[in-house]
Amino acid sequence: MDLLRRTVLKGAGASGVLAGLLAAGVLKPTLAYANDWNKAAFEAKDFDVALKTIGAEGAAANAALVMKAPEIAENGAVVPIDVTSTIPNTTYIAILVKKNPFPLSSSFEFANGATGDVSVRLKVAETSVIQAIAKADGKVYSAQKEVKVTVGGCGG
Amino acid sequence: MKQLRIIGAVCTAATLATTGLAFAQSDGVDHAKADAEFAKFRAEMEDSNPAELFELKGEELWKTKRGPKNVSLAESCDLGQGVGKLEGAYVKMPRYFADADKVMDAERRIVWCMTEKQGFKYADIAKQPFAKGNFTPDITSLVTFVAGHSRNMKFAIPMNDPKVKEAWEIGKEITAYRAGPYDFACNTCHGSDGKRIRMQNLPNLSTQEGAYKGVFGWPGYRMTGGVMLTSQWRMNDCFRQQRFPAPKYASDTVTYLLTYMTGTSNGLLYKGPGIKR
Amino acid sequence: MADPMKIRAQMKGDVCEVRVLMSHPMETGQRKDGDGKTVPAHHIQTLTVALNGKTVVSGQTGGSVSRNPVFGFKVKGAKAGDKVAVSWVDNKGDKRTDETTVA
Repeated sequence: MDLLRRTVLKGAGASGVLAGLLAAGVLKPTLAYANDWNKAAFEAKDFDVALKTIGAEGAAANAALVMKAPEIAENGAVVPIDVTSTIPNTTYIAILVKKNPFPLSSSFEFANGATGDVSVRLKVAETSVIQAIAKADGKVYSAQKEVKVTVGGCGG
Repeated sequence: MKQLRIIGAVCTAATLATTGLAFAQSDGVDHAKADAEFAKFRAEMEDSNPAELFELKGEELWKTKRGPKNVSLAESCDLGQGVGKLEGAYVKMPRYFADADKVMDAERRIVWCMTEKQGFKYADIAKQPFAKGNFTPDITSLVTFVAGHSRNMKFAIPMNDPKVKEAWEIGKEITAYRAGPYDFACNTCHGSDGKRIRMQNLPNLSTQEGAYKGVFGWPGYRMTGGVMLTSQWRMNDCFRQQRFPAPKYASDTVTYLLTYMTGTSNGLLYKGPGIKR
Repeated sequence: MADPMKIRAQMKGDVCEVRVLMSHPMETGQRKDGDGKTVPAHHIQTLTVALNGKTVVSGQTGGSVSRNPVFGFKVKGAKAGDKVAVSWVDNKGDKRTDETTVA
């Protein structure tokens, strides 16, 4: 992750700092993210390492971060997950599947009016906890839910 | 076709008892709850169904001049409502087509148009007629595109046409026909209420409700494997699951079975292209 | 060029709901095909959503996002008639951009 952004996000945490930098054009979402795919995070096989690599260590549970997921997924190939963060100034959401071979599934950064809401469809290898991570004003939050994955019988 | 003989007796309840299907509900799983969850799950998936991507592909294929005769299906293919007419065509098939002198289901009719009007060879299409891995055959996208034009319309195949009625009767006979190493018939799994294999409920095809379950959502995007599949594929796969030899692609046998299920579903709404497990 | 996406952008109150269906095999690189050969990784890595040319969402994905992915986002400050563009780039450098008008 871009050093400047990490410093700012981990810093004093005053939303004004971030807003000021964005307004000053120092942080430009388009330039910062174009094609700099976080290989280390997506290729991390260990859940805790993946969390660390995206800077989500010590994330605190928060009721304002809500995850919607089916209790039982009829098919683990396509599991719909909705994450909604009503925490003010949410700028980042990531979704991890604990038991997947590579736990980090996706991450999103929001700017210019996009809110902390994202829907995705994930492959879930086996019954697993799904964890959502949100970042807002330099702080990290988490929410989790278990999804049961069934083995089907006949097709149709 | 009419010479199809039923060898052996039709299944009796006593015979069914020995086939080892899951009759008992004492497996510790709350099936009512699971079924409700699955219904919710499928409803969510129907919004932004990947089947729509295949409708887009099918549209391009329908409108483009293709094949040795360099003609488009839009300008040459009559699905029963007039050349190139798509609205409501899918739910009115299988139907009898005089130019082919056959009762045909949608997929079979489109294949006929591709060979007779565009000059493609049946053998080439039949080599790989169903989606697999990252390959989706043109015919699948075309069927999906055509089916999309019958969304939310009532099934209305012409059951008062004697040829269609005859096809329906033969389809019914086929569902009772036992064969293969397990001596299965369609009815072994789909001939009565309350049957289930693991988590999947098995519809009773001899009832309108059950037959409808067999046709309302095909063609469908199957989540297992992430592929677009048609009802021709579904019949083929049923044969495989019964350990029968594969039916000839787009053959009479498959048309008769589809006629039986679709005719029984007349009056109910077609909900596809759908999404499947 | 890669297959087109289907994008829907609808105003629901003062929020624009964006829903996009992408055509992509999203191979993890772990799957074996019918012949037992491992299918190489082929999946989207980055995606962006732009409103009237300004990036509002920047996403990154791995192979564990489902085949033919569907994403949903919400954007404030949009109105009917605005342009929403979605782009993606995959690990082979293949890319696709599609656009729609906010309803």
